Amino acid sequence: MASTSSGHIVSSYEEELIELTRLTSEMGGMVEQLVISATDALVRVDHEAARKVVSDDRLIDEKQRQIDELAVSMIARRQPMASDLRKIVGSIHVATDLERIGDMAKSVGRRTIQIGGQRLSNQLYAGVKHMSELVLAQINKALDAVTTLDDVVAVQICDADEEVDALYMSLFREFLTYMMEDPRNITDCTHLLFCAKNLERAGDHATNIAEAAYYIKTGRNLPAELDARDDD
Amino acid sequence: MSEQIKVKMRGENVCVHYGEKQALFDVNLDIGTNQVTSLIGPSGCGKSTFLRCLNRMNDTIDICRVTGDLTLDGQNIYDRAIDVVELRARVGMVFQKPNPFPKSIYENVAYGPRIHGLTRDKTEMDEVVENSLKRAGIWEEVKDRLDQPGTGLSGGQQQRLCIARAIATKPEVLLMDEPCSALDPIATAIIEELIDELRENFTIAIVTHSMQQAARVSQKTAFFHLGKLIEEGDTEEIFTNPQNKKTQDYITGRIG
Amino acid sequence: MSDASMTTQHALQGQAAERRRRARHAADTRLRLYGIGAITLAIGLLGILIFTIILGGHTAFTQTHVRVQFPLTAESYNAEEPARSNWRGVIDDAMAEIFPDAVEGGNLRTRTQILTNNTQFFVRDAVLAGDYEVGDTVTLEVPASDPYDQLNKGVIKRDTPEENRRLDNDEVAAFDSLVENGQVSRPFNWGLFFNADSRFPEIAGLSGAIVGSFYALMVCFLISFPVGIMAATYLEEFAPKNRLTDLIEVNINNLAAVPSIVFGLLGLAVFLQIFGLPRSAPLVGGMVLSLMTLPTIIIATRAALKAVPPSIREAALGVGASKHQVITHHVLPLALPGILTGTIIGLAQALGETAPLLLIGMNAFITSPPGGIFDASTALPTQIYIWADSPERGFVARTSAGILVLLGFLITMNAIAIFLRQRLERRW
Repeated sequence: MASTSSGHIVSSYEEELIELTRLTSEMGGMVEQLVISATDALVRVDHEAARKVVSDDRLIDEKQRQIDELAVSMIARRQPMASDLRKIVGSIHVATDLERIGDMAKSVGRRTIQIGGQRLSNQLYAGVKHMSELVLAQINKALDAVTTLDDVVAVQICDADEEVDALYMSLFREFLTYMMEDPRNITDCTHLLFCAKNLERAGDHATNIAEAAYYIKTGRNLPAELDARDDD
Repeated sequence: MSEQIKVKMRGENVCVHYGEKQALFDVNLDIGTNQVTSLIGPSGCGKSTFLRCLNRMNDTIDICRVTGDLTLDGQNIYDRAIDVVELRARVGMVFQKPNPFPKSIYENVAYGPRIHGLTRDKTEMDEVVENSLKRAGIWEEVKDRLDQPGTGLSGGQQQRLCIARAIATKPEVLLMDEPCSALDPIATAIIEELIDELRENFTIAIVTHSMQQAARVSQKTAFFHLGKLIEEGDTEEIFTNPQNKKTQDYITGRIG
Repeated sequence: MSDASMTTQHALQGQAAERRRRARHAADTRLRLYGIGAITLAIGLLGILIFTIILGGHTAFTQTHVRVQFPLTAESYNAEEPARSNWRGVIDDAMAEIFPDAVEGGNLRTRTQILTNNTQFFVRDAVLAGDYEVGDTVTLEVPASDPYDQLNKGVIKRDTPEENRRLDNDEVAAFDSLVENGQVSRPFNWGLFFNADSRFPEIAGLSGAIVGSFYALMVCFLISFPVGIMAATYLEEFAPKNRLTDLIEVNINNLAAVPSIVFGLLGLAVFLQIFGLPRSAPLVGGMVLSLMTLPTIIIATRAALKAVPPSIREAALGVGASKHQVITHHVLPLALPGILTGTIIGLAQALGETAPLLLIGMNAFITSPPGGIFDASTALPTQIYIWADSPERGFVARTSAGILVLLGFLITMNAIAIFLRQRLERRW
């Protein structure tokens, strides 16, 4: 790939591209950390930690704003072409999706705060935690794909999203059974179910990031059959 | 989308030598009818040389030798049967520096039709002049001073006058050799808008140093490097997703 | 610029830098002073030259005239056949009336010499033009002869000892008496321009030379202008670049440097001896001069053609103009100011050229302007040459006056060249 093989004639342009990559990775790291913290707070029903998650989301929003500004300024000043253009446009997409994942983590944090005193079955928490790990792996791989511009991994990530969806469906059924068993659980279960839903959505955004990586690398959109996701 | 476009001019295995030095190597390039084809590449890459082959402007250089096939509507333009003067009436040219004749605006436009005997009387000539100036988008600015020298206009107006002069002979193909390089951005934008309008009636090939300009005005883009045609294709494709690494490096501003 | 960026900041400060700066400024000033000095010298020399010429020649622009009343007596004037009158007798009668004592002293002959030798012809022309009876008088302003003219202008000085003076005391006194009577005047010398050459300086003029030069230049222009433009156009626009054209080019440049007398020899050998053209004729003079002017015109034309911007040629070719259309419609009109300037300068050179004209005999003594290009004639520079060679006192001033007239023509032609250039070149 040219962007890695030889630098721009205008070195400040090259530096800005590197800065854009750095900001994206940094934001990726922050989002991963936030998802981990949110899941952790949820599993432990730690309201304090959950509040921190909610407030930390602002840092991620700030990061996204930085990336947007840099990207827009580069488009305005450098008239990027070809791979550079794709990289900048891709970075905007990645940042948006990362920000959405951050929002998902924040939602999880909010719901954690609302979950009441008595504890549900550990099995349910374990299911959500498992889901979180799966999604985190997806996010992690997607961010790697963006950094290394690996289109093969990107396709793999999109395929793997079905796994996350399947896990969510099974969790959903599990929660349903649980709620039917004991209506007193309904409030907390619903909260937990929404958390699982949020994580599932985070997985979708990870897929989007992988698609952006694919676009940056190849200039093409991932085929439509890989593109099956509910967009809202 | 390019499949149904008819080929207006075609170059096959075009090689150009300036004395001992070879300037073009086996270039194969089609110019589609009613399309704008832009030729881009670093200085000395042969894009202007190729453009000048299309109306045989290279003939004026003694040491220049052109081989290969260049056709206009399937007819070889380097054929003995082709009269170069008639060819240039069919394949008009606009140059880098606005170069109106040091004559009146009217005379500038009327010159081509006059020497080719395209009009029968003064009324007809007036019409041709007016139409050409209108098409070149400069009529409103000059209609009251047609008898004033063309050299008195601003750079952008001069270039539009030159375009009017070129289209007055009703050419089929219009070659433009960096038509905006001497103009300010507003004048450039006006010319670009004009090129887009002219596309309806003419086939246009344009050499430009500005990749943004190529991206803006053309449907097809051909990238030349060191006398070779490296890549050609839809402009959109070339500027978002070029297939060749050299093209990629050139258009993104890396050393190619 | 690059120096400034190469040296470090501190190298531009300090004592050494100050010294360097001062040396540099001093050198700049010196160079400018050398230039001013050279120009002052050149202008000074030119000024001295022109000053001396004017000093020597200005007197020739006026001419002493004596107003004399010529009585037409029965003895001298033949009323029946005026043309057969004794005009010298008429003059003698007139002078006898003015100087009665000279008749007794027997020096009436000397007195009549106050008037120009050609007075009889002036009287004749005046009388034949009118209808005179015996007993009438004809009053004429007659040019004074050269010595008296010079005396009147102060060239012959009264304080010179009599034995060294061209006029003795008696003659001076006679002339002074005419002055006292108010018969002597000194009007502008139109004769200088409207008279042809003469042995007598007081009535010698340049008209023959001016007309001769005009004819010669016309012939020269008619030959060298078209030929020069054609040749230059071919060389610049059509000729292939090869050894032959290189050789032609070198030779044209060399031709411009060939001494003019060589062209005169060529004219003598070819035009006069082989072709048998008339000697001393402006035709041959013009032909010889055109040989000299050709290289100048060719070089100037080629330079003018080269100076036409290539963008104009491209523009014309681009709309499908053929080679001859490009040249005749665009290149030549644009080059015209340059071509005309070169031509006029070439012609001005030709106007001042003497040597070749001497060899083809345009230094003959001709007392009437040529009627055409086949008539024998002189030209301005050869006329000056002839006068410079003449012993009479009056010709000294007339030589200088001739030079001034020639310079006047040259300046006028150059001014026209400059005017044309400025006027025509503004078009692009």
